[in-house]
Amino acid sequence: MTPGKPAQPPVPRGAFEYLSTRKDEFVGWARKFSLFPYPFVTACCAMEFMSVSSTLYDTDRFGAALPRFTPRQSDLLMVVGTVNHKQAPILRKVYEQMCEPKWVIAFGVCATSGGFYQNYATLLGIDRIIPVDIYIPGCPPRPEMVIDGIMKLQDKIAAERHPIINEDF
Amino acid sequence: MSAGGDFLGEVQAGVGARTLSSGMAHGILVLDVEPQDLVPLVKDLKGAFGFDMFLDVTAVDWPQRRPRFDVVYHFYSTRRFVRVRIKTRVDESEPIVDTLVPLYGSARYMERECHEMYGIGFRGNDDLRPLLLYEGFQGHPLRKDYPKQREQPLVPYREVEP
Repeated sequence: MTPGKPAQPPVPRGAFEYLSTRKDEFVGWARKFSLFPYPFVTACCAMEFMSVSSTLYDTDRFGAALPRFTPRQSDLLMVVGTVNHKQAPILRKVYEQMCEPKWVIAFGVCATSGGFYQNYATLLGIDRIIPVDIYIPGCPPRPEMVIDGIMKLQDKIAAERHPIINEDF
Repeated sequence: MSAGGDFLGEVQAGVGARTLSSGMAHGILVLDVEPQDLVPLVKDLKGAFGFDMFLDVTAVDWPQRRPRFDVVYHFYSTRRFVRVRIKTRVDESEPIVDTLVPLYGSARYMERECHEMYGIGFRGNDDLRPLLLYEGFQGHPLRKDYPKQREQPLVPYREVEP
């Protein structure tokens, strides 16, 4: 301690120095506010996606604002719009290129179930080829429904197990 | 409209020898021809009457009728602002018409689409690969006898646990 300078005031007892939590809760809390969506946008639901991700509804409030246009940098695949059989291999490849952990939102009724399409061209729901975490119906869904879907996904992420060191490590 | 109508009247009279019947429908001149008269008729329309734009070729499936298919062409004149429609008929046993690619380059794509959707062949078009569909697709989906619920997925479906 340099002479002449006043001493540092002592840290009061009982202050917020340590935090104890479960590892899964902590990692889940961190991950649920750090979603990097990859918009796989194929159809008119894109208009609603633009609306919900820009200023008025603002998915940035949920940490899901910055779209990454490469699947390797993203952890949330948002399938926005109709997917047909010709495009299914592309969707499957994009999904496989994403690193774990990853989640999938089916945005709109076409991605959920094919919607009003039932014909030679349309894939009747993306869950026939990739696993889906959250389904958001609607043609197109209201922004409130999308936000509700993102919050449900956050709850799901927070409640998940988050293995960091496992037997493969 | 009246100027266009007069011009289409001239066209109707000018190509009358090549057509089975003709008439006006919704301001469009409709010409009905035999398949072998198609190319000479289109040559006339393009050369003598200035129909310089090929709009579309498609087909109509009449499952109960013989011959089964209508092949329908639309042309447009960018100088006179009028359209003409040509209809011809082919049967299921030999659904082939002559190509229009030597006259209109844009026919290449539209004949490909008509070929994959209806199975109409175009004699002289050497590139009838699928355009909107994919390699390996069986059948012609816009024919009336294609089952509505038939799926031909490229990616095998997931096994979902119950």
